[in-house]
Amino acid sequence: MAYLEQILFVVAVAVTGWFVTKRVKLISRAIRLGRAEDRSANAAERLKIMLLVAFGQKKMFDNLLVGVMHFIIYAGFIIINVEILEIIMDGILGTHRLFAPYIAPVYPFLINFFEILAFGVLAVCVVFLTRRWVTKVSRLNADRHRELKQWPVKDATYILVAEIVLMFLFLSWNASDSVLRDRGIGHYGELQGIVPDFVISQFLKPMFTGLSDTALVGYERASWWLHILGIMAFAVYVTYSKHLHIALGFPNVYFSDLKPKGEMANMPEVTKEVQLMLGLTPEQTAEADPSGGNDNGEQPESIGRFGAKDVEDLRWINLMNAYSCTECGRCTAACPANITGKKLSPRKIMMDTRDRLEDIQQGWVKNGPDYKDEKSLLGDYITVEEINACTTCQACVVACPININPLDIILQLRRYKVMEESQAPGSWNAMFSNIENNMAPWKFSPSDRFNWAEQVNETK
Amino acid sequence: MADMMAAGEEPEILFWVGCAGSFDDRYKRVTIAFVRILNHVGVKFAVLGPEEACTGDPARRAGNEFLFQMQAVSNIQVLNGYNVKKIVTACPHCFNTIKNEYPELGGNYEVIHHSTFLQGLINEGRVRVEGGESFKGRKITFHDSCYLGRANKVYEAPREVLAALDADLVEMKRVRANGLCCGAGGAQYFKDAEPGNKEVNVERAQEALATGADTIAVACPFCMTMMSDGVKNQNQEDRVKVYDISELIAQGQGL
Repeated sequence: MAYLEQILFVVAVAVTGWFVTKRVKLISRAIRLGRAEDRSANAAERLKIMLLVAFGQKKMFDNLLVGVMHFIIYAGFIIINVEILEIIMDGILGTHRLFAPYIAPVYPFLINFFEILAFGVLAVCVVFLTRRWVTKVSRLNADRHRELKQWPVKDATYILVAEIVLMFLFLSWNASDSVLRDRGIGHYGELQGIVPDFVISQFLKPMFTGLSDTALVGYERASWWLHILGIMAFAVYVTYSKHLHIALGFPNVYFSDLKPKGEMANMPEVTKEVQLMLGLTPEQTAEADPSGGNDNGEQPESIGRFGAKDVEDLRWINLMNAYSCTECGRCTAACPANITGKKLSPRKIMMDTRDRLEDIQQGWVKNGPDYKDEKSLLGDYITVEEINACTTCQACVVACPININPLDIILQLRRYKVMEESQAPGSWNAMFSNIENNMAPWKFSPSDRFNWAEQVNETK
Repeated sequence: MADMMAAGEEPEILFWVGCAGSFDDRYKRVTIAFVRILNHVGVKFAVLGPEEACTGDPARRAGNEFLFQMQAVSNIQVLNGYNVKKIVTACPHCFNTIKNEYPELGGNYEVIHHSTFLQGLINEGRVRVEGGESFKGRKITFHDSCYLGRANKVYEAPREVLAALDADLVEMKRVRANGLCCGAGGAQYFKDAEPGNKEVNVERAQEALATGADTIAVACPFCMTMMSDGVKNQNQEDRVKVYDISELIAQGQGL
């Protein structure tokens, strides 16, 4: 029997590993669809940002209470994983609380700490479910945000409920184990005197004292298995879910844009043409463009589209941003266009980008790795009305707790619309032609530019 | 600038007036106020006059990269031709574009927004707010420009300039990094807003009016228009005025 459990456990680990690896490969291939861009420079600065924003969750604390609650789940997730190590070892070796005899002096302290965290996680998940479904925090409310309808709200709820169940299983497993230990049954009893009752689960013991020994062992085994299988299922599920941020949040922050927020990425391929049109020599070009668009290998061999129509026109970081998004909606809550009822929602821009990537992935799985459908991000997922509503105010970029940049995607889509399809609102076309002809966005004569000077010495 | 160059003189700064400062009747008054302050202090400055052209910001944000780069490369040729080193501008969009986006195209200058420049003059004691209108006891609220604030993290300079007025500076609910846009950026100024249930400038003007301030201070030509229109929309234009920070300083100096 013991061997059977061990074999089943190893099989479960292997199956989980296989699914997760498959998903990781697919997702990393999807991200690499994006255009190349070297973001490796300034490692020290990047590391610092990652420590502050990802590990330290600095931006989450803009709202202190929510920041603390999220930190409890985050710390719980990372620290309780230490206990998972023991559980996995026990599973493979068929042992029970393998580490306890070796680290007896600190073992109770560790488990107590895990239990407090588990209880914290459970409590915060209850609060988060309440925020979603009872107090209905605006940015999380699907009635107010069409991008949350159906799957996204379910996804969020599944995860919170799963966390509550997992934490309860962990705590009740400890409780049933404590009762078995008290009764001195089998290998459970061997730890009598080494492992005491734990800080939270001791209060759950009354649930189990009435059970027979067999029923108790049954519950102990069942809760142990459900807990670890739940965690394995969670590991696979996460790769399909918005909760992928627990892994991608870190690299996503590491590769943050370090430029001033106001700076829009240059298009070196345009610079070259413009300089030729203005009669500047190639030497000047090389000097004028110290980043050397053509020399540093950042540019693709053949010049693709101007701007972005689909995900492969975007940069890889835009696509990693999309997979890292947790759909928290802080961006959308800060967006002036969204606040005033326009269709634009920065969160939807990120979700659409990920949906597009997921659809492409499904195409690969179903129809072979070179499959490409006829759809495109702009048009089939994001509409022109949405991107044209953006004021480029950067509020979404600043609001994101993990430095996702929806604005960068919006601007690349605009470039495609204007430069490849020559489609802009009529008044924008008028503005363009004014700049072209009058050197100002309005129809004024350039020679009148200095007229204000006549009034400087006038008395008011 | 051409005249100074011909006379063999070198200005302390180049004042980049911007299109709004050159052509928009309301913002021309800001240009004039700022120039009066510069003259009063005795800052040796130059302007490009008819040689100045749109930086290309609205074209770039609307998606027209070609037009932007045509403007940028031409402007850089002019600026480099005059060997310009230090640029001051009253427009956060020009400020952002020249400061952050021209270097990659060969234009490297020290670029300062007029709020920071005025703050410097005040701190050095070269500008003293005296001899004009008194602001004591008056309530002023400052509206952050996105391209000054979030885009370039200039939050304190305009506030410190306003502090020199000795007025009562009251803040809106959403300020600094959380400040709400006036609705003009990203070339929105040059087209109708997309369908929605409210104009952004009305939302922001209501927030500004809720502070009870009689003056809304801005530091951007587009915020100026949007906030003024928002105040009019709320029929408060007789009670509440929108001014650029340099206009307020000039008023305080009686210039």
